[in-house]
Amino acid sequence: MKKDSLIIAGKEYQSRLLTGTGKYTDMEQTQQATEASGAEIITIAIRRSNIGQHADEPNLLDILPPEKYTLLPNTAGCYTLEDAVRTCRLARELLDGHKLVKLEVLGNEKTLFPDVIETLKAAEILVKDNFDVMVYTNDDPIIAKQLEEIGCVAVMPLAAPIGSGLGIRNPYNILEIIENANVPILVDAGVGTASDAAIAMELGCDGILMNTAIANAQNPVLMATAMKNAVLAGRQAFLAGRIPRKRYASASSPIDGSFV
Amino acid sequence: MDIIVNGKTNTVQPNTSVADLITILALDGKRFAIEINKELVLRSSFDTTHLHAGDKIEIVGAIGGG
Repeated sequence: MKKDSLIIAGKEYQSRLLTGTGKYTDMEQTQQATEASGAEIITIAIRRSNIGQHADEPNLLDILPPEKYTLLPNTAGCYTLEDAVRTCRLARELLDGHKLVKLEVLGNEKTLFPDVIETLKAAEILVKDNFDVMVYTNDDPIIAKQLEEIGCVAVMPLAAPIGSGLGIRNPYNILEIIENANVPILVDAGVGTASDAAIAMELGCDGILMNTAIANAQNPVLMATAMKNAVLAGRQAFLAGRIPRKRYASASSPIDGSFV
Repeated sequence: MDIIVNGKTNTVQPNTSVADLITILALDGKRFAIEINKELVLRSSFDTTHLHAGDKIEIVGAIGGG
């Protein structure tokens, strides 16, 4: 099969699975699961440094070095555009001018659904400020298109609420977003297990970003491998082109030459 | 004078620079980013940026997140 790269902000990636680094038991598990997933882009969060404590504790960036992974700092936990923009600017400084960020502006603590109005405004500011913005949004095709038009480098609709594991709740909206897009569309949030990832990829998603489905599985490293395979299988099935669904049977063995 | 660092009150000498604060907190050589009163301070300005009483300083790093 010829090379099938995912291109985001001009950079080529061979893996279409992007993983988060939260919720793992420890650094070792984070490293092993990330490695097993084959992810090349990994999200990180920006939080207060633990000043004066655990000086020898390994740092996340020591076990997942920026030379090996493309880091995707997120604005998780931000409920206003001001906080999201502040977080991105801190991340850029933290990572020596790194431009790629995952923008999310949340609107509700229970659902973690995005506040799309604030998201649109924040995206506009960040794009003007020269960031490469991968944006978390809901599965609204109109908003997804507007985020693309603002200049986001990838649009990432949710499949279901963050961490819910409910799977692809609205495949026709995701399909509509994909069919109208000129930038990569990645499902971000809601995947629960391997079949969910395969379904998203079979719809034609360019990639999937997930964290909880791997990190909170009984065996995160094994689930990371399962997700890697599911994303690949889903992608290959999409490229191969599935058969249409039909109501009645169609024999697989020829009628010609039948002797009964 | 008192300043607030990551939500906690710290007492420093008047005219302390951001570079001084980093040394006081033993953060030299570590990877972090700083803002004062919600404004980013670039590393190149640590020496020339001075703190004022009541400044709210956030020092952040990367941790696991999705």
